[in-house]
Amino acid sequence: MALFLQLTLTGLTNGMLYALIALGIVLIFKSSDVINFAQGEFLLIGAYAMFWAVGQVGLPWPVGILITLAVAVLAGVLVERLVLRPLIGEPIISVIMVTIGLSSLIRAIISLFFGTASQPFPNFIPRTPVAFGPAVVPADRLWALGLAVALLALFILFFRRTNEGIAMRAVADDQQAALSMGISIQRVFAIAWAIAAVVAAIAGVLVANIVGVSGDVSRIGLRVFPVVILGGLDSIPGAIVGGVIIGLLETYSGGYLKPGLEQVVPFVALILILMVKPYGLFGQTRIERV
Amino acid sequence: MLALNNIEVIYNDVILVLKGMSMQVGEGQIVALLGSNGAGKSTTLKAVSGLLKPEDGAVTDGEILFLGQRIDRLDAADIVRRGVFQVMEGRRVFEHLTVEENLRAGAYTQRDARRQTQDLELVYGYFPRLLERRQQTAGYLSGGEQQMLAIGRAMMAHPRLMMLDEPSLGLAPLLVEEIFRIIRRINQEQKTTILLVEQNARLALAVADYAYIMENGRIVLEGAPAQLQENADVREFYLGLTDVGTRKSYRDVKHYKRRKRWLS
Ligand SMILES: Nc1ncnc2c1ncn2[C@@H]1O[C@H](COP(=O)(O)OP(=O)(O)O)[C@@H](O)[C@H]1O
Ligand SMILES: [Mg+2]
Repeated sequence: MALFLQLTLTGLTNGMLYALIALGIVLIFKSSDVINFAQGEFLLIGAYAMFWAVGQVGLPWPVGILITLAVAVLAGVLVERLVLRPLIGEPIISVIMVTIGLSSLIRAIISLFFGTASQPFPNFIPRTPVAFGPAVVPADRLWALGLAVALLALFILFFRRTNEGIAMRAVADDQQAALSMGISIQRVFAIAWAIAAVVAAIAGVLVANIVGVSGDVSRIGLRVFPVVILGGLDSIPGAIVGGVIIGLLETYSGGYLKPGLEQVVPFVALILILMVKPYGLFGQTRIERV
Repeated sequence: MLALNNIEVIYNDVILVLKGMSMQVGEGQIVALLGSNGAGKSTTLKAVSGLLKPEDGAVTDGEILFLGQRIDRLDAADIVRRGVFQVMEGRRVFEHLTVEENLRAGAYTQRDARRQTQDLELVYGYFPRLLERRQQTAGYLSGGEQQMLAIGRAMMAHPRLMMLDEPSLGLAPLLVEEIFRIIRRINQEQKTTILLVEQNARLALAVADYAYIMENGRIVLEGAPAQLQENADVREFYLGLTDVGTRKSYRDVKHYKRRKRWLS
């Protein structure tokens, strides 16, 4: 029972972090049909911005958070403006290749400034163990879980209630019709990239608080791809459900079956599910009226 | 209010579609733009609303004036903000959004939240069926309801000029009449000027104050509806009325060819 609770809590935390990161990939895909392979590197940007501001410069952590968010927004908007916008109308595969190139570029720039060695992160979230019945979980994992859930809820409200959120979904549905409402497609793209970078940066900070800051932080970005494909590339609820499923599968298979299996099982599950539901669990199908 | 002076539109840098197209729409009027399939009606509307760009089309000659100012170089968002709104052919509702979210998307350029709520009530007043279905996903509405939603969505933007591209397309006759009645009411009660593109000439001429007939990228005929209804070609090709026994066989053949072109 203790093990089960332990694995479940860990799995849920990982899953919600995956969901948060996946949200960025889904947003960019929904609005512009681009799959952003540099999403993991946005985690690095967040983790290192926080590391620099708090660990190296010595600013108080709330200031560090503000700086990190600002850096993330800037990075997202710049990437959209300088890299993606000139590529509008190019074949989708070239755009994808560009995001892969971008991921190496971001990685290289960061190692230029900070080196490649793993460094201790200024743990601004306490790591004290918290007892959960028979299970014990470090407090920073619980914080990560709570924050991820809160942020996801906030974004869902944003897409349902605000003009800007509705405009983003409208663009995802029919770009030319959205244009005819006076919605600026470019603005929507920029917002999508900014949000993607922000959620990734926050996830990056939370992950770095748990495992320390190094290039490895971006590896979690790769593990998010089974999540988005499982949930459906264009579905926000899908990202959340997919994140939780993959997170739990990982910890259960690693904990109950054999350590190491957690790397494989998510992909096996992914293939099985795609055989039944080729667009993922929540992937949008075209609406056909009869 | 709106004037197109001799405009030329080219797609993909090579396909010349509008060849010296000119027309005017006076404030408060309903003006019909008629023509067979492929004549360039939709292209004309997109030239006005700035929607050619995503299709790789461009106005390469002539000018478009709205309220005396040139708008042919502005982007779509600026043109909407100036009060020109196009209801695109085929309704183009946002399928995965609810009815109310579609309406709110239409109000994108109107940032006053209180006014948005009033406008929603106004639209629901014109289209009670949309009120019943306000939380429903738009993709599952019937064709007629989607057309109502497309018009309601346009009203949310407070346009001074609303351009409707074939609102009757694919709808049952009774529904078409209902929609035309509402268009008339919007014109009279909201003082919205209307540019109506149609293939259904009979209905369009019945509501319009003035009409243009377009063929092959330019205007070939214009006038008040009563006047056009007297025109032999219009009667034959648009209204399906034939003046019996007035033609020799050679002309019949020629007409057959022309008719084929109108209908193709
Ligand atoms: N995006 C486009 N690219 C190239 N040609 C186009 C495009 N859109 C329309 N056309 C051509 O322009 C002509 C006029 O089309 P359109 O304006 O849609 O006519 P209408 O609305 O009167 O049926 C047609 O011959 C059509 O093939
Ligand atoms: Mg057309």
